[in-house]
Amino acid sequence: MKHPNDIPSPSPRQLAYLAAERRHRVRVRLVRGMLLILFLALWELLAELDIIDSFIFSSPGRILACFLQMAADGSIFLHTGVTLLETLVSFLLTVVIAVALAVLLWSCRSLAEVLEPYLVMLNSLPKSAMAPLLIVWLGNGMKTIIAAAVSVAVFGSVMTLLTGFTQTDTDKIRLITSLGGSRRDVLTKVLIPASVPLIISNMKVSAGLCLVGVIIGEFLSARAGLGYLIIYASQVFKMDLLVMSIVILCLLSTLLYRLIAVVEKHVNF
Amino acid sequence: MRPKLEVKDVSYSYHELTGETVALSHITFDVKDGEFFAVVGPSGCGKSTLLSLLCGLLKPEEGTVLIDGIPHGENSAVIGYMLQRDHLFEWRSILSNVSLGPEIRRRQAGAHAASRDELLSMLRTYGLENFSNSRPSQLSGGMRQRAALIRTLAVKPDILLLDEPFSALDYQTRLEVCDDISSIIKTQKKTAVLITHDLSEAISVADRILVLSSRPGRVKAVLTIRFAEAVRPLERRNAPEFPVYFNQLWKELTGNETSE
Repeated sequence: MKHPNDIPSPSPRQLAYLAAERRHRVRVRLVRGMLLILFLALWELLAELDIIDSFIFSSPGRILACFLQMAADGSIFLHTGVTLLETLVSFLLTVVIAVALAVLLWSCRSLAEVLEPYLVMLNSLPKSAMAPLLIVWLGNGMKTIIAAAVSVAVFGSVMTLLTGFTQTDTDKIRLITSLGGSRRDVLTKVLIPASVPLIISNMKVSAGLCLVGVIIGEFLSARAGLGYLIIYASQVFKMDLLVMSIVILCLLSTLLYRLIAVVEKHVNF
Repeated sequence: MRPKLEVKDVSYSYHELTGETVALSHITFDVKDGEFFAVVGPSGCGKSTLLSLLCGLLKPEEGTVLIDGIPHGENSAVIGYMLQRDHLFEWRSILSNVSLGPEIRRRQAGAHAASRDELLSMLRTYGLENFSNSRPSQLSGGMRQRAALIRTLAVKPDILLLDEPFSALDYQTRLEVCDDISSIIKTQKKTAVLITHDLSEAISVADRILVLSSRPGRVKAVLTIRFAEAVRPLERRNAPEFPVYFNQLWKELTGNETSE
């Protein structure tokens, strides 16, 4: 039993161990930060000294200037916001569709067996090949982008969740049956709660994939968004804008991942 | 008086694409009301199949299982099933775990199950009242099994089925928990069927022991266990009758005398 108050005061050796661990963590963080600073400084320096052509390779200073300029007129927030919105919408759709489909396939073994090869095929199909088709079907715009993003993420999710569902401890299902429960009780009292960690870890993967899908979609059919900015910047050769868009994408994907990690921490049992 | 549970000429086989496995062949026995009945046998003799048949998770291919004289499935008899591990749900508190059965039963017409107050009083009786809001991971192995027992008793079962409920515990805990749980069952005068591969465990708790043969499982013998003094399971292990019964069971199982 855990009684936090019962823990005796730590021994000197334990204290030494804790201190060493803390030192280690601080050192890792320090080196991590230094690496970034070193990289940026080197990049800036090489550009300043004209060793690399800053017109092609850009430089941290130019990227920052570009960002400040676009922040001043607010356009960067619009583009980032559009991409974020599309990613969130497609992410939520992916999670809902994937969980619903996985539950459906779990509850009907024949359907799952019939559909399995098609799911595998759709999952391994490069979805960028589908994007032009989606444009024809859904038009040039957000619908296409969201559809592309969902198609990138959803099939893998369904398969992962279904595998997780079918691996649920049969004894737990037996327990519900022995208490007189129906298959619905198995679903709501065992399957879903037991799969929460799996669903969340799968959400992490989905969020990344949705972002990939959104960018593919924006490359092909968008008038706003970071994917659009990247394509536009490459066409008019504005490397500062291009690299800045990529940097913002990096931050965005990290942010999404972290958000889900926070949720994960709170529901872990 | 009619036996609580009657198993008449029951056979069962598993069917797979690769072939058929006969798990049980023509099993017949009965269990009296309030009796603690144990089933022992070598591994793979169909003990778990027998339990699944008794609690209605499987239907016998041949023969019948009667509870209070009525075929299984046609009566409203409630079977309490304790599994090898406690299977307490980590995402529920202890109180919420033991209310699992009543939660499910409440929706079914005419079903009777313990109310919240009854559950709380059961937790109090079995020394878990301070843990009703705890998570299962905060309890010791023995306390977890108690919680699992309360969860089973909460549906007010007519018969308790115990599928090696102590086998996941370490040896010392196992002896204590077995003593603890079987004393509770005896005090409550519940009819219980215990499936185990541990002969000592069977002798220390049971009124009668059925010995199954290896696959396909058949009834080899039914032994009546009687101790001169009615004592707790742990004390039975030191009683003079204990080694006698052990030898007898051993002989039935292996066909040899022990070296003792």
